[in-house]
Amino acid sequence: MNWVDVAIQTGIWALEILAIAIAVALSVAYITYVERRVIGFMQVRKGCNRVGFAGLLQPIADGLKLFLKETIIPTTASKFLFVAAPVMAMVPAFIAFAAIPFGETTLFGLWETPRVMAIANINVGILYVMAISSLGIYGILMAGWASNSKYAFLGAIRSTCQMVSYEISMGFAIVTVLMLAGTMNLAGIVHAQAGGILHWYVIPLFPMFLVFLISGVAETNRCPFDLPEGESEIVAGFFVEYSGMWFATFSLGEYAAMILISLMTSILFLGGWHAPIAALDVIPGTFWLLGKAFFLIFVFIWFRATFPRYRYDQLMRLGWKVFLPWTLAWIAVVGICMYAPVIQDVMAFWRPGGGV
Amino acid sequence: MNLIQRAVRTWLLTELLRGMMLTGKYFFKKKITVEYPEERTPLSPRFRGLHALRRYDSGEERCIACKLCEVACPALAITIESEERDDGSRRTTRYDIDMTKCIFCGFCQEACPVDAIVETQEFEYASETRAELYYTKDMLLKVGERYEKQIDANLKADARYN
Repeated sequence: MNWVDVAIQTGIWALEILAIAIAVALSVAYITYVERRVIGFMQVRKGCNRVGFAGLLQPIADGLKLFLKETIIPTTASKFLFVAAPVMAMVPAFIAFAAIPFGETTLFGLWETPRVMAIANINVGILYVMAISSLGIYGILMAGWASNSKYAFLGAIRSTCQMVSYEISMGFAIVTVLMLAGTMNLAGIVHAQAGGILHWYVIPLFPMFLVFLISGVAETNRCPFDLPEGESEIVAGFFVEYSGMWFATFSLGEYAAMILISLMTSILFLGGWHAPIAALDVIPGTFWLLGKAFFLIFVFIWFRATFPRYRYDQLMRLGWKVFLPWTLAWIAVVGICMYAPVIQDVMAFWRPGGGV
Repeated sequence: MNLIQRAVRTWLLTELLRGMMLTGKYFFKKKITVEYPEERTPLSPRFRGLHALRRYDSGEERCIACKLCEVACPALAITIESEERDDGSRRTTRYDIDMTKCIFCGFCQEACPVDAIVETQEFEYASETRAELYYTKDMLLKVGERYEKQIDANLKADARYN
């Protein structure tokens, strides 16, 4: 491989990374817009509709405002950690997108076999995503510690505790998917769900789908699990002391994590880029994946408009006493079903290659 | 039985789904937002906004400096000084209302025996300095000239309830 090839490959990677990063950042901006509009609609209001046509320039105006504002660093704060924390919270949420397959393409017939549209189609993609997305906690922990403020500290403790608790049940929910799919490659998991809506893992693993979705809400600190930033008790939680651009960085990470969870749920349980029925395959798979993810994001916002915040002990109870035993039991059930005489044949329907 | 019912409800998340159905229904409801500068809510004829001093049709000021409004004012926002005019009638030389003190109770309007001080439906008189909210006699008379039609119509509309 000479240096020209290396340069071309590097350029392609750079373009891919840029494409995903810009798309994610823009989606984050417009999800805040969608959130405000949807919550407004559910509260019989109109939401923001002033800046630009139907308020479509509002996120840009908000972003500009935040980036032009002064960042105040408290005098008692630990300066280096204080500045590093938002970056630590945002970066994992962004780099986790590297392993997400956005669809398959032959690039208008350029390639003979369709290739997976992912920056890195790695074999342990799901482990990578889980590992990287859980690194986001460190940013929050650092923010809470470095702020040198009671509220920020309490918020950080709550957030860490919550993320750690829900990650376990989330991981176990993923295990059931892995048992059926037999692969840790995200594209492989999507391939295992090919062939219409009945093959999607949401059908045999419906409880796990719910557990994963709800844990995802908790994992991203969204309402009704937004105790880390509970305004009524601890002002804004771990980011009380942040303002301007660093504050924006935190919310960028938070919303990126929300998109990530939605994409992951679509990939693991809702058939990824496959259309629900074969006749709808004319629409490119990427649109199906993004459509499913958008629907889930809408559901996240819907949750926020509907449910009151959980109490802290309720949150912990749900995580440890309901989800954890439930997922563990379901793993056993799926395992037994996969090897029990008659049920085995039924389960083979959802396994790639009709079971081994 | 009750226990089974409760368990089924908990595990099927029926209560959560019902809550989401409700918000989902409201998502499609007609929105009640009034887009303020362009759209406005209707105002009652009794609306108590900016004050105005009125004149008779002849152009003579109504106010006879009886100072009942000054007495009635619970916020002590009104200051009146009076003098005998050349034709022998008693008139105000000073009639100030401090809008930063005024609580818009409407007692001055109630107290006035000649309907001289009234409150209009005008509520958009925000200013950049507090000093501009100190309304002198000239300013109040000007407000009266500007809104005379509206004031007259509102007083007539409300007259039968007096």
